[in-house]
Amino acid sequence: MAIQKVLVANRGEIASRIIRTCQARGIKTVSVYSEADQELPFVEQADESVCIGPPPVAKSYLQMDAIIGAAQETGADAIHPGYGLLSENAEFAQKVIDAGLTWIGPAPAVIALMGDKVMARKTMQKAGVPTVPGTDQIQNVEEAIHAAEQIGFPVMIKASAGGGGIGMHVCHTAEELNKIFSSVQTRARSYFGDDTLFMEKWIGKSRHVEVQIIADSQGHVLHLFERECSVQRRNQKVIEESLSPSIRPETRKRLHDAAMRAAQAVQYTGAGTVEFLVGPDDVFYFLEMNTRLQVEHPVTECITGLDLVSLQLDIACGQPLPFKQEEIQSKGHAIEFRIYAEDPIRFMPAPGKITRFRFPDGKGIRVDAGVKEGNTVSPFYDPLIAKCIVSGCNRQEVIEKSKDALQAFEVEGIQTNIPALLRVLEEPQFVKGHYHTQLLDEMRQR
Amino acid sequence: MAKIQSSMTGTVWKVLVRPGDQVEAGQEVVILESMKMEIPIQSDYTGVVKDVKVEEGSFVSDGDVLVELAD
Repeated sequence: MAIQKVLVANRGEIASRIIRTCQARGIKTVSVYSEADQELPFVEQADESVCIGPPPVAKSYLQMDAIIGAAQETGADAIHPGYGLLSENAEFAQKVIDAGLTWIGPAPAVIALMGDKVMARKTMQKAGVPTVPGTDQIQNVEEAIHAAEQIGFPVMIKASAGGGGIGMHVCHTAEELNKIFSSVQTRARSYFGDDTLFMEKWIGKSRHVEVQIIADSQGHVLHLFERECSVQRRNQKVIEESLSPSIRPETRKRLHDAAMRAAQAVQYTGAGTVEFLVGPDDVFYFLEMNTRLQVEHPVTECITGLDLVSLQLDIACGQPLPFKQEEIQSKGHAIEFRIYAEDPIRFMPAPGKITRFRFPDGKGIRVDAGVKEGNTVSPFYDPLIAKCIVSGCNRQEVIEKSKDALQAFEVEGIQTNIPALLRVLEEPQFVKGHYHTQLLDEMRQR
Repeated sequence: MAKIQSSMTGTVWKVLVRPGDQVEAGQEVVILESMKMEIPIQSDYTGVVKDVKVEEGSFVSDGDVLVELAD
């Protein structure tokens, strides 16, 4: 069964990116959009588009029935959820399947299992994948303090239903934990509709390395190498690269094996990412599995020459992977820079009208943009406006080329984080490839 | 009369004060949400809340008055 028409249940750059692959394969596309987004490129790039509601995501991009209705109305036979929004919502995946449409993603039960961070930890422990020392769900602050004393401060308190860097907090003392427990709980309830919390030991000077997995419905699970994602602000990624410059070769192999074991343990299908925390001694722990396409998937595409969206479409149709592990090679190096509409010092949101928007192109430069000149960046959504992915023979070459690429961006009318990205490229720790998740905070404190 | 204004465009996520409340300079009075981020708005002044101009879910622009304090 081949897919004829895909509805993209997302917005901005990732909607445009998915449409591009569909068009290259002769598959028709449908965009759904909110009233705030009707001028954005992804709406006109699709063959058809349907307005699904007012700007707030709860009234548009999270309206499951409106999205499925749009698919039925336009005759789409598959739904690609992109990342964020409904991409990791098991109920939506099930509704799509129940409507007789193809869901481009893993089975709803797998999404539900991995979306429950407490359950996911237990599943990984059973599969022999190391997890950060931590707890099951915590009921109250007394239990939290008792558990934290057992694990040892500092601890990270997290929402079980959380993700995207929201709903987590580092605590150094029992007093601090006591003070913030209820506010973390309130936030978890209002953001994720579930106030279950758990805790993990907080490991300083750690790195965030993730492994790209691809698995077909015949049970073949392969890895597409790892991505280093340690340049972060507010626990959200800013720069990602592949391969990781910091892990040792023997760690790399063990990391890939652990990620494949994680995917096999849940009979994963499609593209997925297993995130690990890597300590200063290269000891690593499972953090979570993202059961969808990642924002930073292009760096993997650049070094492997594969199109992950195209593979997702094939897998959703039940086709086996067309290659074996040993046929996949990583060539050269790639770095992705997330261009955010935010001020480059404090990283506060900076929505507004983009009066000028020009971006670089050329060999080894890929820009996945979600906006064009004249568009307005609204405060309703994530501040990501574009991704600049630079690739080349080796890391040093890519860093040099990246400086030129980022300087060639011309963005007026809004502030962007480009000056901050350029500062990272001059930072000795980054240039050496020895950096951890506190790099941006440390740079700011100097 | 002292006015506490929004520092950016966004949606009011939480209103933390009510008319009659005593607020100190530096105290958070409203939390905005913009681009998936919570942005606390603090009072620059000490005083008593006279009026809250917004409610949870309101859309506000940079410079909009959120809370008024009595003299």
